[in-house]
Amino acid sequence: MASGPTTRRTFEPWDDPKSKPILRVSSVSKSYGSVTAVDQLSLDIHRGEFFALLGPSGCGKTTLLRMLAGFERPDTGRIELDGVDMTAVPPYRRPVNMMFQSYALFPHMSVEGNIAFGLKQEGLPAREIKTRVAEALALVQLPDYGRRKPHQLSGGQRQRVALARSLVKRPKMLLLDEPLAALDRKLREETQFELMTIQEQVGITFVIVTHDQDEAMTMASRIAVMDRGRIAQVAPPTEIYEQPNSRYVADFIGSVNLFEGNYVGGDGAPTMRCAEAGCDLSLAQPLLVAPGHRLWVAIRPEKLEISREPPPPGTLNCLSGVVWDIGYLGDFSTYRVKLDSGKIVSAAEANRMRLTERTISWEDRVYLRWVPQAAVALLS
Amino acid sequence: MRRGLTPINLTALTLGFAFLYVPIFLLIIYSFNESKLVTVWAGFSTKWYGEMARDDALIAAALMTLKVALLSSTVATVLGTLAGVLLARFGRFRGRTLFSGMIYAPLVMPEVITGLALLLMFVAMGLARGYFTVMIAHATFAMAYVAVVVQSRLATMDRSVEEAALDLGCPPFKTFLVITLPIIAPAVIAGWLLAFTLSLDDLVIASFTTGPGSTTLPMKIYSQVRLGVTPEINAISTILVGIVTIGVVAASLVNRRAALRRERDERLAFAKT
Repeated sequence: MASGPTTRRTFEPWDDPKSKPILRVSSVSKSYGSVTAVDQLSLDIHRGEFFALLGPSGCGKTTLLRMLAGFERPDTGRIELDGVDMTAVPPYRRPVNMMFQSYALFPHMSVEGNIAFGLKQEGLPAREIKTRVAEALALVQLPDYGRRKPHQLSGGQRQRVALARSLVKRPKMLLLDEPLAALDRKLREETQFELMTIQEQVGITFVIVTHDQDEAMTMASRIAVMDRGRIAQVAPPTEIYEQPNSRYVADFIGSVNLFEGNYVGGDGAPTMRCAEAGCDLSLAQPLLVAPGHRLWVAIRPEKLEISREPPPPGTLNCLSGVVWDIGYLGDFSTYRVKLDSGKIVSAAEANRMRLTERTISWEDRVYLRWVPQAAVALLS
Repeated sequence: MRRGLTPINLTALTLGFAFLYVPIFLLIIYSFNESKLVTVWAGFSTKWYGEMARDDALIAAALMTLKVALLSSTVATVLGTLAGVLLARFGRFRGRTLFSGMIYAPLVMPEVITGLALLLMFVAMGLARGYFTVMIAHATFAMAYVAVVVQSRLATMDRSVEEAALDLGCPPFKTFLVITLPIIAPAVIAGWLLAFTLSLDDLVIASFTTGPGSTTLPMKIYSQVRLGVTPEINAISTILVGIVTIGVVAASLVNRRAALRRERDERLAFAKT
């Protein structure tokens, strides 16, 4: 697997116009009574992707996943898998398998019985079923657990059995509904990397639903951030974090400081007039909007430089305020700084030295600055 | 608060159980009475059990009752399970409220009315009344009990287990047979036992819906009592009490064991993550 990381870095089929998506969702809607769960949603997922649907509860991500599995029928729109229309195909005829949040193991069957169940439905010969069940158990590192019943397994082991059961049929796409939600933190982090390794080994397209941004950021090749039944942004994790396309996405992933203001045109030095900041903020690039247009500047706490020394006059993007609160997180310290306008801004600083004495303390006057390229201008 | 047996709750317990069970114990004791007079004790004897065994009419009634109970409880279990599944699984279909109301109605309907209504229907249909009509009548009212038991079990069952079977390529009806039914089996068995005992001791509905030549045991006992109680009746009643007790205890044991096992599995699931 020496070439693993390299291939992953260059794996960008969504940018390749010749790549045909394995899954094509076109303007799919689903309502329950007066509640619209999924609203005119379109999405392409490519072969071999590890795709995450991320959003708060009630954003429609689970409904979308259940429509992909066939448990819900879309009101309008079309779902195509590998070029075949799946919209009206029942779940038991779709070449797609799902791993459930509750694992949904069959309590009256052994681990082997659970894993073999899907293969038996295909009517495979008993010998082949046996070898494939053994392979699947080896894949999830539970080779000696075949005879056990689900209630004789720990939560982590059940999770593996559920994964083996959903992979053993070699589906075109594996759907995972919050697969790690029931595990404790430590196990969850280990399992994240294990899932990625397994996905690389089997080469199946994974679509995972999660509300945990760390999980999505760690595992996914691309993330779709969902908001009230729509997709707010689809992009690789770095792009989602560094170039969010809206305040919603910027705010949902990680923490962010948002400044509201109006665009001031300018040929060389585009700026935003901002009352909250108390000064004009420089932007990295000119925007294609009329002067006076409302916009927001988003800046991540760790991209702010915090200092007690006043910067030299003429420094761009420099704010001043007093330290309101300090949060010590071990690896990072978060400073909450109250600007003269009353706005609170967070700045994070890595604790590179062992902290014996704080150089910045409560009520200190501090200066916050950033280079224009560190911030993102948002229009919505 | 002190738990355990204080004099007050010991008295309450004794009185309560005495109120429930003294008549039955008296009946059982007098079934071993030597004397022909029911109310006069004349020494221990099992002769009335022998007498009972030689009474062909009584034996015929007992066999008839058993046959009706076995058949009707089986029919009631099949129909009641289907109704329970429909109520628990098919969401909000048109007329669901009406349907569920109608399923529960026989539980609270006076038996006299159920019996009369069934009789009128059988007459209107021109069905010859006999063990078959009694069987249908018993299946009708016992089905409601089965539906309630099955529905409440399904309500606590994780739906995604069934969805997982569908997802793995198993069609819906087969999923019901190989996944749902084994999981809810204890509730179905408990429902069957309940239906069986209900049918065994029913007098009112059976007397409305039966015809000449098909007398159930409770009817036989009732008619004999009107001519005077004999110790023979006590003997047959004792056996009946025994069967019903076994049925009820078995039903609750089956359900209790399943609940315990479920609880243990769930505890393990959360403990060993």
